[in-house]
Amino acid sequence: MASKPRVKVPKMASVGDIITIKTLISHKMESGQRKNKKGEPIPRRIINKFTASFNGETVFSADIDPAVSANPYFEFSARVNESGVFKFIWLDDDGSEYTTEKKIAVS
Amino acid sequence: MKIGLKTISALACTLCVSVAVGGSAYAGPDDSSLIIEGQNIATDVKAPEGSAFDQLYSGWRFRATETQSLQEDDFENPAFVAVDQAIEEFHNVDGSAGKSCADCHSDVSDFKDVRASLPRWNAKTNKPETLENIINECRTERMGAKAWKWESTQMLGMTALVGLQSRGSAVNVQTDGPMAEWFERGKKLYYTRVGQLDMSCAHCHENNFGTMIRADHLSQGQVNGFPVYRLKWQGLGSIHRRFKGCMDNIRAKPYKRGSDEFIALELYVASRGAGLSVETPSVRN
Amino acid sequence: MTITRRQLVGLGAGAFVAAGLGLRPAFASAEATEAAIKAFAGDTPIGEGRIELTTPEIAENGNTVPIAVSVDSPMSGADYVASVMILAEGNPNPEVVTFHFTAASGEAKAKTRIRLARTQNVVAIAKMSDGSIFMTKNQVKVTIGGCGG
Repeated sequence: MASKPRVKVPKMASVGDIITIKTLISHKMESGQRKNKKGEPIPRRIINKFTASFNGETVFSADIDPAVSANPYFEFSARVNESGVFKFIWLDDDGSEYTTEKKIAVS
Repeated sequence: MKIGLKTISALACTLCVSVAVGGSAYAGPDDSSLIIEGQNIATDVKAPEGSAFDQLYSGWRFRATETQSLQEDDFENPAFVAVDQAIEEFHNVDGSAGKSCADCHSDVSDFKDVRASLPRWNAKTNKPETLENIINECRTERMGAKAWKWESTQMLGMTALVGLQSRGSAVNVQTDGPMAEWFERGKKLYYTRVGQLDMSCAHCHENNFGTMIRADHLSQGQVNGFPVYRLKWQGLGSIHRRFKGCMDNIRAKPYKRGSDEFIALELYVASRGAGLSVETPSVRN
Repeated sequence: MTITRRQLVGLGAGAFVAAGLGLRPAFASAEATEAAIKAFAGDTPIGEGRIELTTPEIAENGNTVPIAVSVDSPMSGADYVASVMILAEGNPNPEVVTFHFTAASGEAKAKTRIRLARTQNVVAIAKMSDGSIFMTKNQVKVTIGGCGG
């Protein structure tokens, strides 16, 4: 259902910079409020949790409810004091986990 | 004009009441200019001779600031998820010939400007072809693969990716020669009243663009940004899906996606936007 | 069957057909919103200021409403914003999203896109690392009617 997430992290930054990170993942975010053509409720299936960490330390996370739009978009900040790797994890209601990583060079 | 909310369904009434008071709620196109990834996009141009309009406006100019901004940055534009998927699909081998798109078209940028002149004449089939037709012809004739459905995820992604290569190019479709007959057919469809509400395309998009149709801001109905990511659809949709939606709204029996009627109408409506930049994939409400 | 246009548009027609047929309450009750705030804030008094919520005055489509929140804070290890909860008072359920920050966030800012079923207040409520609570709310008008398709 979800595909390769889209993530935008600057490639370079200076020590102590606060950078802006943008993320978008393809997901229907089925709210559980809708019915199909036969009138049966369509079960809820959403991304319920998003976490961003830098070199193993969490910098931002979100607990997500069905009122977040389809193809969930998050923009947030992180302070970087060293080069390293951002890791992003999206958790699906069905137990799937989607992850991606981005490197940043800090000087 | 008195049409009771109870006599006609709520949706139908939405349309007829608004059109009846059309003109009293004119809200223009706005003055914003569109720059995407450093590229200037022409969202208004002087109408060509013979046009029903003085000035042509992209639908982008009729949208709220928040909707507009979604299209100004390719990262924020949610249609690019589908574009990313299509880039993978472009390299994906499918069908009996064991080929991917990339085996014949080494780079998707080979399709630069193609979207701007669609639909175009296909001498082999002896009729105009849309981007969907072109892609499916490749799949069935050269790849030995199954045709994609008109509104499938793969088709929408691929039309977005191929169309994107023409972003910024001026719409310029052929309307003479063998296309003339199809142009006239599309024009006739555009001005023919249909459905229980007895309306034509022109009633909203020619006579009343810029006015509020209740809470919605009517555009000129230009198709230069398709496939479009619509907030309402929460996904991409084709030109023919939009045509179908309009026909449903005026309580007409819609033609089928890919039908001769919709191809003729696509040609005619595209010609009404001559000179506007291709915006594929655009974002609308 | 009396399902109005108003009920049909917004979060997705199905939501309201379902609501209309009594699958669950159509909109969050004031109590549900109060309960969510209580669960987040406990008995801590709720302050004003420090938190800025940016929302469109009018949302063209309730399916995708861009929102931004930022909280004034030094974001140091000793003094930072722990969480910001977003609630939509007029949705079927008030909970929308809760952001969690750390000192490594650098600043307590986040943007996302949310679903709003109708014109209503969007609430942002922040919890600081010392446990203090701040809240603000904005009304967003959700346009309904016009062209589906």
